[in-house]
Amino acid sequence: MSNPEPIQNDIVVQRKKDEEPKFKLNKKKVHHFSMEHQRARAGILFATPWIIGLLLFYAYPLVSSLYFSFTNYNVISETKFIGLDNYVILFQDRLFWKSISNTLIYAAMFVPLSIIVGVSLAILLNLPIIGQGFFRTLFFLPSLLPVIALSILWQWLLNSQIGLVNYLLDLIGIAGPGWLSDPTWAKPSLVVMMLWVIGNAMLIYLAGLQDISQDYYEAAEMDGANWFWKAMHITLPLLTPVIFFNLIMGVIQALQEFTLPYALTYGTGSPAESLLFYSMHLYNNAFLYMKMGYASSMAWVLFIVIMAITLILFKTSKKWVFYQGD
Amino acid sequence: MKTQLTVKKIWIYSFLIIAGVTFAAPFVWMISTSLKPNSQMFSYPPQWIPDYLYFEHYIKAVTDIKFFTFFQNSLIISCLSTIGVMISCPLAGYAFARLKWKGRDTLFIVTLAVMMIPFPVTMVPLFVMFSKFNLVNTFLPMIIPTFFGVPFFIFLMRQFLKQLPKSLEDAARIDGCSEFMIYLKIMLPLCQPAILTIGLFQFMFSWNDFLQPLIYLNDESMYTLQLGLQQFRSAQDTAWGPMMAASVLISLPIIAIYFFVQKAFIKGISFGGVKG
Repeated sequence: MSNPEPIQNDIVVQRKKDEEPKFKLNKKKVHHFSMEHQRARAGILFATPWIIGLLLFYAYPLVSSLYFSFTNYNVISETKFIGLDNYVILFQDRLFWKSISNTLIYAAMFVPLSIIVGVSLAILLNLPIIGQGFFRTLFFLPSLLPVIALSILWQWLLNSQIGLVNYLLDLIGIAGPGWLSDPTWAKPSLVVMMLWVIGNAMLIYLAGLQDISQDYYEAAEMDGANWFWKAMHITLPLLTPVIFFNLIMGVIQALQEFTLPYALTYGTGSPAESLLFYSMHLYNNAFLYMKMGYASSMAWVLFIVIMAITLILFKTSKKWVFYQGD
Repeated sequence: MKTQLTVKKIWIYSFLIIAGVTFAAPFVWMISTSLKPNSQMFSYPPQWIPDYLYFEHYIKAVTDIKFFTFFQNSLIISCLSTIGVMISCPLAGYAFARLKWKGRDTLFIVTLAVMMIPFPVTMVPLFVMFSKFNLVNTFLPMIIPTFFGVPFFIFLMRQFLKQLPKSLEDAARIDGCSEFMIYLKIMLPLCQPAILTIGLFQFMFSWNDFLQPLIYLNDESMYTLQLGLQQFRSAQDTAWGPMMAASVLISLPIIAIYFFVQKAFIKGISFGGVKG
């Protein structure tokens, strides 16, 4: 470990520092070739592709979408600056409000359920059970399916006449609704589909559970705690950072949900616009009606809403998220 | 005490089996439907196991849709974008994790913030940009950006590189290794599991992606599997057999890859999530 070279180098730099100011130029030169500087240059060099990518594919589109949102940009006619007109029209657009309420209702149903189901499955899979590996794979497997396959499969399962789900409900004497053709049941159907592909979140919870030290449980057992006490006072509090992570991710994803409702309805959002999600309305405006400026104003509303909700969640997190070692 | 334990076990296993059956049933039903003739498909009560294996739906699925063209397109996009992130993200991750330079920490926070920008927000300007370069209806809009880096993967690479011991490169620096050689000869080999993970994620993402192909690809001959199947489906809404067979076929590559690299995969997911 005691290679003399860098020490010598340090001494050289040190000496230069102590010398008269007339050596300033010289000092600079030495510094230029010092490792620190070399490393700093390398750092910027290594980061250059990403800096370019960041500017080109993230910063520029974000800013230019803000600019578009103040224009009537529509590919065909001349682009004009129209101030806040897009936003004014937007707030009078019935489908805009419909798509917002659809998206929010869906998110309000899906996100809490995904936490409950995800945490429950993870706790179950963290127990010392026979066939643990098998069950872990089984619960994870659906999340590998492409969304198109998922939508085709569930359209078949939820078919009101020939679907398997209604057949099973029929067995226990319930007349199943026309899941995807009934506006009241369309969103719950979507929630069920998304819960089936919860594998990713479940694995993250599982990893979180494995990070909790067994010592806590042993200490609690000595004091005669039952499983419920342990779940409420050890498992859940120590899992809150992971729950928080999945909550943020879940909300962001739910608010921009696109592929599944689009694939199920071929972009129409039927029945009765109950599956017209915000991103679908945005896509339709941009690429179907070519109202790119208008769509950009929708994009910025989405961006601001997502930012605001994330910020609020972060603010509240101080009250309920516990970090080990705090 | 002992009976209490048994009761608890019974509860646990009943939950597990109910949940297991619920999760497995749709899968089994998909495969079962794809392998039986129409007469058995609509039978009442439903028939779980076909009388005999019927492969006609699979033949229909690959001949009615330009399956192999779509397959090839999906494969080209997925492979090239996977190569893209495997080159670009370790570079940026290394710069963030192990090199000190001005503005690094600010840029890292910006990188994290960028992860939050939803694709629908940037998709219109991106489309306009790529159409100005005449790249719409090519695969390039889905490939080029990956060669510059994907924020989430850069974050994963940084987290991975950060926990490697510092003595590694110090020794190499003392020996007069250039920064690039240190990266190439020391860091990259050590990063293999992380690079494999991000490659897998990207491959899965590209393979399953629907929105980007929907925006950028117009000609049927350019469609990916996801897009092709969706278009086919809107034309024949009730061809359940072939559609189920096609669903199985487009899912198989991903499931195969998963079983092939299961360990790395699970590690990658839990690593990315928790160590945030």
